Amino acid sequence: MFAVNKKLLAGLFIALLVAVFLSPFASPHPDGLERVAEDLNFIQRAEGKEVLASPIPDYSMPGIKSEFLATGTAGAIGVVLTFGLIMGMKKILVKKQDCSG
Amino acid sequence: MHIPDGFLDAKTWVSATVISTGALGYSIAKTREQLSDRQVPRLGVMAAFIFAAQMVNFPIAGGTSGHLLGAALATALLGPWSAVIVLATVLMIQCFVFQDGGLTALGANILNMGVVGVLVSAGLYGPLSRLVKGKTGVVLASFAASWASVMAAAFMTGAELALSGIPFAVVLPAMLGVHALIGIGEGVITAAVVLAVLNAGFSPNWLRKGDVCSE
Repeated sequence: MFAVNKKLLAGLFIALLVAVFLSPFASPHPDGLERVAEDLNFIQRAEGKEVLASPIPDYSMPGIKSEFLATGTAGAIGVVLTFGLIMGMKKILVKKQDCSG
Repeated sequence: MHIPDGFLDAKTWVSATVISTGALGYSIAKTREQLSDRQVPRLGVMAAFIFAAQMVNFPIAGGTSGHLLGAALATALLGPWSAVIVLATVLMIQCFVFQDGGLTALGANILNMGVVGVLVSAGLYGPLSRLVKGKTGVVLASFAASWASVMAAAFMTGAELALSGIPFAVVLPAMLGVHALIGIGEGVITAAVVLAVLNAGFSPNWLRKGDVCSE
């Protein structure tokens, strides 16, 4: 298995805390690119153009009424998925090594 | 700065996808030379943290917000090749699971925030942190690399929008103007996190060839 030391676990825990408890307080204002797209009138180019239907659109877990909980849940899922995807790519990222010699 | 579907025309997003696929492949080839399996969890935690931090938009002037991109953060702590992989992973999860950034624009988003953001960060962080010693150097290098990486990503995004028919002379100053402010937030957060992680006893691994068996 992976040698995940205590400091790394702490880092993962901090990521989880940020995603669950801090993200619901995120500024709802448009981000830099959205602001530019609105100001320069090309935001409508994106309307109805989504190629994918994502399971958790806009970082809000469908079916949860409380906005706070919906965002926090989406955040927790995202953190776990992101960590898991990297760990799952181990075989791609690391060449089989012979460290015995 | 996640570009949605519809902003870029086909020639632009196809070209961006080709370039970022090549860059990602090269980064994977480099990490395969350098990374040991014990170091993979570091990439995982970094990716998870950047995902979380990207959810927390901070307000800047004029009813606009920004959030951490994380290119400079990942570069400072993991080196450029691992950083490209970390950023690309975060952007893929955001695109497929959270509808943040379009599928057609995924290659462009990886190119702007991942590849170019990381290369600019690496170009500044390494030399600056060697030039100015100690914690002052870390803070200075983190801040400068962060701000420049956001500006470089904004420039790339503006250029891609221009290739897709938005007037270059209008979109470029607008993108750079708003991201000059967002970059300050990026710099403050990155410097604080890099300092905290180094203080916690983490030794950054800008891996070199032959490091694989050293841990």
